[in-house]
Amino acid sequence: MKPAVFSYHKSTSVEEAVEWLEQHPEGKILAGGQSLIPLMNFRLSRPEELLDITGIPQLDTVSQTDGRLVLGGLIRHQALAEHEQVRRAAPVLAEAASHVGHWAIRNRGTLGGSLVHADPAAELPAAMVALDATFELVSRAGVREVPARDFYLGFLTTDIMQTELLTRVSIPSADGTAFGFAEVARRPGDFALAGCFVEVGQDTSGAITWFGISGGPERREITWSSDAQERAEAILEQLDTVDILDEEAYRHHVAQVVAEEAYRKAVRGIA
Amino acid sequence: MNELTTVEKVTITLRVNGEERAVSVEPRWLLSDVLRHELGLVGTHVSCEQGVCGSCTVLMDGQPTRSCLQFAIQAAGSDIVTIEGVTHGEGLTPLQRAFAEHHALQCGFCTPGMVLTAQALLDKDPNPDEESIREALSGNICRCTGYQSIVDAVMAAARTTQSRVEED
Ligand SMILES: Cc1cc2nc3c(=O)[nH]c(=O)nc-3n(C[C@H](O)[C@H](O)[C@H](O)COP(=O)(O)OP(=O)(O)OC[C@H]3O[C@@H](n4cnc5c(N)ncnc54)[C@H](O)[C@@H]3O)c2cc1C
Ligand code: FES
Ligand code: FES
Repeated sequence: MKPAVFSYHKSTSVEEAVEWLEQHPEGKILAGGQSLIPLMNFRLSRPEELLDITGIPQLDTVSQTDGRLVLGGLIRHQALAEHEQVRRAAPVLAEAASHVGHWAIRNRGTLGGSLVHADPAAELPAAMVALDATFELVSRAGVREVPARDFYLGFLTTDIMQTELLTRVSIPSADGTAFGFAEVARRPGDFALAGCFVEVGQDTSGAITWFGISGGPERREITWSSDAQERAEAILEQLDTVDILDEEAYRHHVAQVVAEEAYRKAVRGIA
Repeated sequence: MNELTTVEKVTITLRVNGEERAVSVEPRWLLSDVLRHELGLVGTHVSCEQGVCGSCTVLMDGQPTRSCLQFAIQAAGSDIVTIEGVTHGEGLTPLQRAFAEHHALQCGFCTPGMVLTAQALLDKDPNPDEESIREALSGNICRCTGYQSIVDAVMAAARTTQSRVEED
């Protein structure tokens, strides 16, 4: 099928974009289009007015300020995966970005689009929850800063308002916490059946952030043990507090496996 | 909006295979459809229209992208290469010759997307290992040939291009 009729507007600045959003309460933002256009092609989504934000300058940059890594909302997944500064400051994020879809999808899909679309099986929202990122949301009313840990409210639901644009994401520099990432997908590039990020503190403290197993990122704090048996029990205890969606027994098993794998990667320092 | 209302068309200029082409489009027209129906470049194949199969892949500023997941109106200002633009005039590139020699195609439906993706890989990394080739092509589905011969063709093309570079 083909998309239904819409009117198209391309924005060249954040100010102009938020003004447009204010004046078009039914309007929809188009970024990389890698989630929105498939939905429009099948007419599962029929926005009447689209605002293309890909021409806004300065939103595809990476910088470091006040000990935080700052990422623009228009950075493409492939650029995130390959960026030197990101690979150094948050290797686990670069690694996760390289697992989003396929090369051709990553060349176009944007960070902001993935974070706002909030697919339950998406890597980047969960990465932001694990990394304790803060999202900068801009509307005509001003700037609102929302921690990623408060942003995800459930299946495809977030705290963003229709008039807001996600402009930037900032990530605190690691305080000695080691991160690990693992996922299982049926084929490379497919959405994960289950995946997770783990945090391993310098003591035994830490956390697991699962994705793909429920309505959104699920972060659970955990006390790590160096004993594999005790660790498996601790993982299970946390996993049992998550409401797993379909194929429950199988996903439950995969979720356990990825948690252990991500833990091992974190302690070996290989993201 | 009533779908029977006449839709305002916009005239845009697309730079395709090195040529500027003016074309009048509705904003909702996908790049894949404009390439095929308006510009007659039917080497860009279309099947799933949801980004999964890879048959509509074209290069935008040298990078493989899905032409079914962008509107033509968004592509103005980019340098687009379709399969028709891979060879200048008659003849085949070393990569295309390698596809023929290694039986890397049967029906040919996936081939334009495969060739463009592999070409972009070789431009980025002239000497990729088998794993990088498989990873790069993982977004392109072939329903008849089987992937081994396609991977073999890309490896062979990398070797020929390499040896040519060394000879120069
Ligand atoms: C074949 C295929 C495989 C894929 N596999 C994966 C995968 O494995 N993992 C994964 O995570 N994703 C996957 N995706 C989705 C892909 O990562 C998308 O790029 C991403 O989900 C959306 O980003 P986008 O820039 O393309 O957003 P768009 O599709 O343009 O927009 C998505 C939504 O976000 C809104 N939006 C976009 N940008 C902003 C902004 N800055 N501020 C406010 N709202 C905004 C839009 O209005 C829309 O509702 C896949 C897609 C395809 C087609
Ligand atoms: S038609 Fe575009 S990816 Fe299948
Ligand atoms: S050659 Fe037929 S689909 Fe690949």
